[in-house]
Amino acid sequence: MEALEIPAVQNEARLAARGAWSASASEARSGLFFVAPYLVAFVILLAYPLCSGIWLSLHKADLFGGSEFIGLENYARLFRDDVFDKAVWNTCYFVLLTVPALTALGLGLALALNNSSRWSTVLRGLFFSSSVLSVTIVTLIWRMVLIPDGGLVANLLADLGLPPIPFLSDAKLAMPAVAITTIWWCIGLPMMLFLAALQQVPKELYEAAALDNAGRWRTLVSITLPSIRRTALVVVVIEIILQFQLFGQAQIMTLGGPDNASLPIVLFIYQVGFQRWDIGYAAAASEVLFCIILLAAMAQFFAARGRERT
Amino acid sequence: MSGLALRRVSKRFGDVRVLDDISLEMGADEFVVVLGPSGCGKSTLLRVIAGLETIDSGEIEIDGKRVDHLPPGKRGVAMVFQSYALYPHMTVFENMAFGLGNVGVPRAEIERRITDAARMLEMEHLLRRKPAELSGGQRQRVAIGRAIVKDPKVSMFDEPLSNLDAALRSRTRQEIAALHRRIRTTMIFVTHDQTEAMTLADRIVVMNQQRIEQVGTPLEIYAAPATKFVATFVGSPAMNILSANPIASDGAHQRVALADGAVVETAVPVSAVPAQGALQIGLRPEAMRLCAVEDGGAKAQVAFVEFLGDKTLVYLSFAGNDRVAILDGASSRARVGETVGVQIDGRAAHLFDAEGHNLQRAV
Repeated sequence: MEALEIPAVQNEARLAARGAWSASASEARSGLFFVAPYLVAFVILLAYPLCSGIWLSLHKADLFGGSEFIGLENYARLFRDDVFDKAVWNTCYFVLLTVPALTALGLGLALALNNSSRWSTVLRGLFFSSSVLSVTIVTLIWRMVLIPDGGLVANLLADLGLPPIPFLSDAKLAMPAVAITTIWWCIGLPMMLFLAALQQVPKELYEAAALDNAGRWRTLVSITLPSIRRTALVVVVIEIILQFQLFGQAQIMTLGGPDNASLPIVLFIYQVGFQRWDIGYAAAASEVLFCIILLAAMAQFFAARGRERT
Repeated sequence: MSGLALRRVSKRFGDVRVLDDISLEMGADEFVVVLGPSGCGKSTLLRVIAGLETIDSGEIEIDGKRVDHLPPGKRGVAMVFQSYALYPHMTVFENMAFGLGNVGVPRAEIERRITDAARMLEMEHLLRRKPAELSGGQRQRVAIGRAIVKDPKVSMFDEPLSNLDAALRSRTRQEIAALHRRIRTTMIFVTHDQTEAMTLADRIVVMNQQRIEQVGTPLEIYAAPATKFVATFVGSPAMNILSANPIASDGAHQRVALADGAVVETAVPVSAVPAQGALQIGLRPEAMRLCAVEDGGAKAQVAFVEFLGDKTLVYLSFAGNDRVAILDGASSRARVGETVGVQIDGRAAHLFDAEGHNLQRAV
């Protein structure tokens, strides 16, 4: 009797296990069905181009189909290339000019406009309106402001009896001019992100701080800023990623000049890939840019997390 | 007397009046509970005392000094918020130290005060934690600690127990009462929970529709409510209110006839009753007693029975009202649908005029 019962029990356990496996397999299939659309888009639009780009960067290739595997030679060339070196430093300089300014100005505007008055509503719309313009319009506007021949700044200087300043043709001023244009263009997003974060801070915290006799500055430093630090991190990371990809402003305003003084990495990639047709070399530069952005964003992320822990 | 005095304080938000001519005095070590339904203005009252809202007219004095023009931090008040409002990025110690640091208290003194408060509230082991690492009850303690560590002249509590479960609420209530006995400062506690009000208060301020309805000790509020609102708001189950017709009385006390013809001789002097106008009689559940029909008294039908363990609540269709509550013993034999007799203790009855004023108090 016992000998008969044991296999029956084992059989039940096996059936139960098979049932559980079948249930979890069915769950996995339906889960896969839900993530499939995103997965397909991710593979086609992100994973494949990334891998394809890395593969391409290992080749000497042009746009007309010729391709020869050369290993890491393109990367070696990049590190010997003075123009690429300059483009990397230019881009880092541009990021240093724009990201802190966008973060600080965005926060300042958000703090100033974080109330429900009619003027604040109008000004919020006004400051955000520049973000909806295309890069062509923005750069045309700022060229009209900055060009020494009849530009707005030149006219103002002339009224004061001062000579015009060649913002876009002076090697020292070209990149700051592009940075100012970019800040004017991009200020809307950080301002809105900070505004959204400020509106999430519970009103009771400010009331508790008022009862704790905290003045405006103390409230800002001890209550407001710590409460929105996650948003500040998001703003910085987003802006680092965006500003490392500087292209349109430099292309239209300065063409990377004078003497490559405002040449960013993306413009370098464009010139190498689509003007010199050296696609493999351009792909290698793209991968370097990808790594720089990744490192910068991760460094910022981990630094902020470390500060949070302490 | 005065720890805190409000004189003819009024406040509007746009066209909406939220405080209407509030006058009130509180002693320097008094525990006052402000009780009222949602929207009656009790939280706004607390906020104008704290300085979180300005007043449109009137005066506020703390410790004999007018403060209604001062910012919140200069009034010498502390407040425990309903949501606790702890600074989430600071440790418990930093939460408690923040206010003291802002007024320049030396570091050693800050540490001494926080240590004392933490010991008093049994939360010394929590000082290095952040609010997110605390339970609801622990956050409550920290919020109270943050208030008392400032040694305020007036401590205010805005429905501080409403986020706690029943057991913790009861325990925290006892702790707040014990805390007041220890620190003897003016405490104002806002709630809509009459149990909290009755158990904690030296005096209760009952508010309704932006005005004070009555100020009195818990016993006064319960036994001698000034208005029909206070009578029905305080007490569970609420006082039964029935229509009553005055009938001629040759004695000193007013007699009234209920809708079913039953006559009740109240303790209200005839002289206190207006010659004209409708009357209502107020009867607490314990002012009536169930009896057998043949024992006399008015007749009523049992509509609903609630057994509560140590007592039974019996709801009757009686004198034109189908939800008249009566307290009966744990072994009540009332059954739904049966006809029972009701004996009324007229001396415990209240009479209210057409405006809802208690006529007994008007004497």
